[in-house]
Amino acid sequence: MPKSESAVQLDQVDRLLLNNLQGGFPVTHRPFADVAEKLGLEEDDVIARLRRLVETGALSRFGTILNAPQLGGERTLAAMHVPPERFEEVAAFVNSLDAVSHNYERAHHFNMWFVISSEDERDIQRTIDAIERATGLEVINLPTLEEFFVDLKFTF
Amino acid sequence: MAALTDEERDVLAAIQDGLPLEREPYRVVADRLGMSEDRVLALVQSMLDQRKIKRIGAVPDHYALGITANGMSVWDIPDERVAEIGRRLGEREEITHCYRRPRQPGWSYNLFGMVHARSRDDVVAAVERIARELDIARYPHEVLFSTRLLKKRGTRVRPGAGMPDEDA
Repeated sequence: MPKSESAVQLDQVDRLLLNNLQGGFPVTHRPFADVAEKLGLEEDDVIARLRRLVETGALSRFGTILNAPQLGGERTLAAMHVPPERFEEVAAFVNSLDAVSHNYERAHHFNMWFVISSEDERDIQRTIDAIERATGLEVINLPTLEEFFVDLKFTF
Repeated sequence: MAALTDEERDVLAAIQDGLPLEREPYRVVADRLGMSEDRVLALVQSMLDQRKIKRIGAVPDHYALGITANGMSVWDIPDERVAEIGRRLGEREEITHCYRRPRQPGWSYNLFGMVHARSRDDVVAAVERIARELDIARYPHEVLFSTRLLKKRGTRVRPGAGMPDEDA
């Protein structure tokens, strides 16, 4: 597959690390040594490479990914059709709300897609109401009914 | 509702921006928090077991690595088949998130599968391959490409209070 020109360049060992370390990092006294042994590398080389991958931006971080539904609180995915001439104004309002954690423009009749999350479940409906009131536009609420297990394994 | 204990919250707050890239990362965290290393290890393992932490490891920046296209594939699957097809969709290598959601007025799709790839063509090809291999091409489906990220607030806990957001 062609790579975009701006992409960070990885060598074979970087790829080995990326493809094997997207989860399952050991919770042990010397976890990098455990990883190194499994992959046939040196502990200090693993650490140095991960530092460099974080510094170059190839990794946004090396650490935890949290599971919001298990931590209390509620979240939902919501969508709106925003007339193109009002898009920036509506985006600015939606983004200004604390409960809105992510917002994407998408190429579709429903062209604004955002995640609302809060520790107080009543905030979900309050936020939807506030957006509808402020914009005069209708929000469709698409809460998760079931999450299907995904084994994250991006291959680089 | 599952919530975090004070100790769990302290540990998460200390590591959520990244584990120390040192030989003994959990000991570094423990020293910072004035806890024993064994206690930190036990708390982290327990949060993994409870699925409060989904996973620990490298969090790639897809954009920096050239995975710049992201498409939300949406499917209108008969209710009696959506659980089975959702499970198989989630197992596909091309799918990074997979959810069943309700239909709404003007919105008939009940299954969502996120696809990340190096180009839009690759996303479209992946969706076509999935439709063929899962034998679901006959059900209405489409791909919504993101054209702009308008807001993203990362995965965080506030020390003391609040709740985290999940990476989308």
